[in-house]
Amino acid sequence: MAEHEITFTVNGQSRHGRAEARKTLADFLREDLALTGTHLGCEHGVCGACTVLLDGEAVRSCLMFAVQAEGSDIVTIEGIGPADGSLGPVQEAFRQAHGLQCGFCTPGFVVSVHAFLQQNPNPSLDEIREGLSGNLCRCTGYQGIIKAVQIAAETMSATA
Amino acid sequence: MKPAAFEYHAPESVADVVALLAEHGDDAKVLAGGQSLVPLLAMRLTRFPHIVDLNRVSDLQGIERQNGSVTIRAMTRQSVAEHDAVVAASAPLVAAALPKIGHFQIRNRGTVGGSIAHADPASELPAVALALDAELEVASRSGSRRVPAAEFFEGTWTTTLEAEELLTAVHFPVWEGSCAFVVDEIARRSGDFALTGVAVAVAVGTGGAVERSAIGLVGMGPTPVRASDAEAALNGSTPDAQDLAEVGRLAVSACDPSDDVHASAEYRIHVGAHLVQRALDRALGEARGG
Repeated sequence: MAEHEITFTVNGQSRHGRAEARKTLADFLREDLALTGTHLGCEHGVCGACTVLLDGEAVRSCLMFAVQAEGSDIVTIEGIGPADGSLGPVQEAFRQAHGLQCGFCTPGFVVSVHAFLQQNPNPSLDEIREGLSGNLCRCTGYQGIIKAVQIAAETMSATA
Repeated sequence: MKPAAFEYHAPESVADVVALLAEHGDDAKVLAGGQSLVPLLAMRLTRFPHIVDLNRVSDLQGIERQNGSVTIRAMTRQSVAEHDAVVAASAPLVAAALPKIGHFQIRNRGTVGGSIAHADPASELPAVALALDAELEVASRSGSRRVPAAEFFEGTWTTTLEAEELLTAVHFPVWEGSCAFVVDEIARRSGDFALTGVAVAVAVGTGGAVERSAIGLVGMGPTPVRASDAEAALNGSTPDAQDLAEVGRLAVSACDPSDDVHASAEYRIHVGAHLVQRALDRALGEARGG
């Protein structure tokens, strides 16, 4: 099958590549752009590990094809923090609250929480739980993650 | 998991989409939000030589109220409809169903038309479309037609859409007067497929009697189910709690839900009857209070 030319912005940089139409955005990010922070767990939209921002909105990168991202603006976990390599407020809160153990699910959680707090900067506990329901974590039991969202919400609104 | 190879088409107009569908027929599949289709492709439960991506067709986006109905174009994202003021004000049953679809990341891509055309009996929007007597606007190269929701759903994942036809918009009728709308469902975890669910609409008269009702059932058979007998029993009555329990049982009495690892058929029937009762009770309370 023919390959397609793909040009889009990833983490603020214009990137270009070629891929068969059936290649998912997640595979393209990992294999062609070497951005392996985006993880693949279930590969069918359940676990949320592959979550990225597409034009500012959190989406499953395993459920779209790279060719569909032509012209769009993507942010992956590699681009979610400050450019100097320090931790962003969501990442810092995850560290502080022990919101991770093995770390496999963490990129998806961090990206999802980032988008969630943009939409809802002052979430209730129920809203946080609902907001986290699209990401699976098999280590933490979620309590540390919920705490991390609360901490991130506080620090982000204090600095906003 | 990788989908089988396919030829990718990204048309920018409905005319170009239907031309591609006319050319390729059953060999082509339209790709909307991809939240159901892409997993099916990735797991190779299905494969198509041609994928026609609708995401570049701007004519398929948008929401408007006109002549007693709310029109949601097929490629409108569920997250957009969920936060839309027209949907909230004029199609409250749709607004109540949307937050129950998947998770916010899914709704950012998933579309209103895609969910209805995919016709999963465990999905909320097909049951809402059926309950409200929505009309589905369908285009093909030979023109467009409107299909009543009651004539649209044929079986699990199958509809009466022809291979060369495209669902372009859904028209949800607006209910006027003292009305209330409730969607309720039981799922193992928030955002999972509903084991069983219900979408109800009621309109009450000045005395509090039911003037009109609509009951759609989720996960209670191979298609969404309209509980017409239960509606008929309800209409014109002023039901008490016991009557609503009876209406609930009547609503599910003809259902033949699946019996699987997620829930037994008996469980779905039992819970379905209670959900109907509970949703009607809440809706009637709101309609009389409002």
